[in-house]
Amino acid sequence: MNRHLLSTADLRREDALLVLDTAEQMARLSDRAVKKLPTLRGRTVVNLFFEDSTRTRTSFELAAKRLSADVINFSAKGSSVSKGESLKDTALTLEAMGADAVVCRHPASGAPHRLAGWVRGSVLNAGDGTHEHPTQALLDAFTIRRRLGRLDGLAVTIVGDVLHSRVARSNVWLLHTLGVKVTLVAPPTLVPHGVSAWPVDVSYDLDAVLPASDVVMMLRVQQERMSAAFFPTEREYSRRYGLDADRAATLPEHALVMHPGPMVRGMEISSEVADSARSTVVEQVANGVSVRMACLYLLLGGAYERDEREVTR
Amino acid sequence: MTSGQVPGPAEAWLLRAVRPLGGERADLLLAGGRIARTGAAGTLDATETGAQVLDADGLYALPGFVDLHTHLREPGREDAETVESGTRAAALGGYTTVFAMANTHPVADTAGVVEQVWRLGRDAGHCEVRPVGAVTEGLAGKRLAELGAMATSAAAVRVFSDDGHCVADALLMRRALEYVKAFDGVIAQHAEEPRLTEGAQMNEGTCSARLGMAGWPAVAEEAIIARDALLAGHVGSRLHVCHVSTAGSVEIIRWAKSKGWRVTAEVTPHHLLLTDELAATYDPVYKVNPPLRTAEDVEALRAGLADGTIDAVATDHAPHAPQDKETEWSAARPGMLGLQTALSIVIDTMVTTGLLDWAGVAERMALAPARIGGLPDVPVDVRSSMGVGAAATLTLVDPEARWVVDPARFASRSRNSPYRGMTMPGQVHATFLAGRPTVLDGKIV
Amino acid sequence: MADAARRNDGPVDDLGAPLGDAGSRTSGADGEDAGPGRPGPGAGRVSRTVLAAADIARIVSRMAHQILEKTSGGADVVLLGIPTRGVPLAARLAARIHDVEGVAVPTGSLDPTMYRDDLRLRAVRPLRVTDIPDGGVDGRVVILVDDVLYSGRTVRAALDALAEYGRPRAVQLAVLVDRGHRELPIRADYVGKNMPTSRRESVAVRLTETDGADAVLIVSPDGPAAPAAGAGR
Repeated sequence: MNRHLLSTADLRREDALLVLDTAEQMARLSDRAVKKLPTLRGRTVVNLFFEDSTRTRTSFELAAKRLSADVINFSAKGSSVSKGESLKDTALTLEAMGADAVVCRHPASGAPHRLAGWVRGSVLNAGDGTHEHPTQALLDAFTIRRRLGRLDGLAVTIVGDVLHSRVARSNVWLLHTLGVKVTLVAPPTLVPHGVSAWPVDVSYDLDAVLPASDVVMMLRVQQERMSAAFFPTEREYSRRYGLDADRAATLPEHALVMHPGPMVRGMEISSEVADSARSTVVEQVANGVSVRMACLYLLLGGAYERDEREVTR
Repeated sequence: MTSGQVPGPAEAWLLRAVRPLGGERADLLLAGGRIARTGAAGTLDATETGAQVLDADGLYALPGFVDLHTHLREPGREDAETVESGTRAAALGGYTTVFAMANTHPVADTAGVVEQVWRLGRDAGHCEVRPVGAVTEGLAGKRLAELGAMATSAAAVRVFSDDGHCVADALLMRRALEYVKAFDGVIAQHAEEPRLTEGAQMNEGTCSARLGMAGWPAVAEEAIIARDALLAGHVGSRLHVCHVSTAGSVEIIRWAKSKGWRVTAEVTPHHLLLTDELAATYDPVYKVNPPLRTAEDVEALRAGLADGTIDAVATDHAPHAPQDKETEWSAARPGMLGLQTALSIVIDTMVTTGLLDWAGVAERMALAPARIGGLPDVPVDVRSSMGVGAAATLTLVDPEARWVVDPARFASRSRNSPYRGMTMPGQVHATFLAGRPTVLDGKIV
Repeated sequence: MADAARRNDGPVDDLGAPLGDAGSRTSGADGEDAGPGRPGPGAGRVSRTVLAAADIARIVSRMAHQILEKTSGGADVVLLGIPTRGVPLAARLAARIHDVEGVAVPTGSLDPTMYRDDLRLRAVRPLRVTDIPDGGVDGRVVILVDDVLYSGRTVRAALDALAEYGRPRAVQLAVLVDRGHRELPIRADYVGKNMPTSRRESVAVRLTETDGADAVLIVSPDGPAAPAAGAGR
């Protein structure tokens, strides 16, 4: 494993599989009555969230606490960050507090990369701008493997706002690394210029792709995209790229429907589909804790290296 | 050194065995601010004129460099750079004139501000400072600034630019191009279609797609250059294109020149060397506007500079205080230091590659920018810049020197050099401004 | 840090080995020990076979009988193997018990990794499977099964891990080899073979299920002892 978890693009296949296998053991432990493990006793994990995300923060917090780490929630709101403190000064503060790991959510792509250069502890990217969200992709892969028994050779279709989606980016690299054939489906305005260099197929026609998909992963369409002329109207988007029951019926029998949440019901996914047996939405949340436990264990569970590290100031 | 650009009449220098434009060794006697005599190496006698002798064996003499695009940050951001520190960096980089961009605080959009900058430059004495005037009031792109007042001020402004911002309004751009004809001015356009670059962080392409950063598409530059070239052709005015960064822009400029329109262009050293792959570090030291482009663009820019489609190298020297760079990428300000590394990068990218000879370097770094900027007394050609009667405004270069970039050693107040740790070819040994040394032995006089 | 505190209970897992390493198991050969270091195949090491396949079979058979004797016919017994090689050993014991007494003893595995007190001393260890048989451990006689007993730290961690799954009536320990050098007050209830060793040596247990053949080797360093290096990284 690398020291940090910043991107799935630099995750080797064996590392990705190690995370999934470790998460499998964590999930089994989560089934028993006593869920707490002493493994990270004495370690400090800081949740550094510059964006509101109760779901992701709570998931990391629960994961860290199940491993007995001390957890500090450091949110930008109400802290000195909102008074204009720089990311670097925040990093040096966390460093002085002795953070062994910093879980960072930030609206700027690459902010966790910068942070990693300023702190000695491990940095876990919990979503940076429109760049990546590695633990989400890992939990998605974990969920697929648990449900379908494998990843290699599967066909996964990712639908929606790929251009602005950190979930899509992380999934593209991770699933490709794990032998999955990935197809992106979106209106052309929401496909990144430069996608030709990605190991994916691109389609503008959802109906053509669904019958051959083992998994269809729906992305959230954010409110601000709707007003920025990426597509004419919500109604048109929903008609062309929304997943309703009729469309879902064209999927193979075994196919899964995934969504990283929070969902916009009726827009990108109908309630009927979101609540169907194909849907993994709720499992994804539970699996998220196991995967984040695995990541924290693999980054913090070994030799204590703080003193050996060089930090660039 | 005190104010005053005119050297004392007694100040005379004999450059012994220097190689003008990298040619045969010769002696040059500098006196009265000009090249007074030339002779074969070792033949001129210093004693008769009382000249100080500089053993220039192994050094190349080039006409003093002219930078059409420098941000000196004064007034307003003296924490990042001052006229004094910026011009010191310029002299050490071999520059004898810099054009100081107008995006200061307050903006250089009145005669008062441009005269202030000009005086600060004169008082510092390291090189000539020619202020650039803003095209529009406050760089806001709404109303023309008082271009005529700036032209007739003591600063004698000839170059006008809203650099940092594009004069996006086509009608306003047409008016500006027309208006400056009255005093043979030129509009230096920062070509960036603003709607196409909202929130843009880096070149739009495979890297931006992977890194999840909003793209700055090449077309946003090319569309403005095409429009402005057509406007310049239509009204018969002079257009100068700042920091050309894409292969498509080179093609459009080549086409505009083929029409006989009065279009000139500059390229920065960093666009001749660096590519957008560097953004993968998320280190904003590589953030610049226009952004670093692809290797194909770099190739096209080098070819364009070699064949004269691009007239000049301009640094776009843009100092920034640490707090404006030691941040997340999107919060950082764009820009890089350039004055003290420009020559080395031109050597690295153009000379060692065989694309330009030393006369070509002199043309692109000294004469062409001097002509575009409307400087007086520009030699008619590169050869005559080394002849008797030419201004003794020279840069002496040690072409064999190798040095490692350490931004902490730069004269600039800022440290935002993307070349930290790189080994650079060629070093400025001395700079002469109208017969007076501003740099000797690589140090400020 | 005191040497003893850094020492590992060798036979826990493939310490520090790459994932999926199916190399031979050695105790005290984990790279942290001041003694043998990790045994490469032959490189500077001398190994001698101390137990052959037939010996191991006889020992397992005897241990099965001892368990039956001591637990009054295996009533309420649950066998939990400590990965990796404790797991097949537990299965062999269960099979022998079934042969002899016709009793089907519930068998599973217990990975103590996350309860170790020495996690920070080396690179992160991959987790192994924990599989508690249906019926759980409450009120049962749990017999922990491992291949080599050395410092006792693995067994201590396993006792902590076990406590999270319930409250056994009694916990016993069965090991194929006891090589001595205990660092904790722990002893085995069933010992296949007491094997005096020096700390510089290591014990390698090989089982057909994990290594393709049955054997127990003692691996000795060829030359003088290596200096007491730190965590070999």
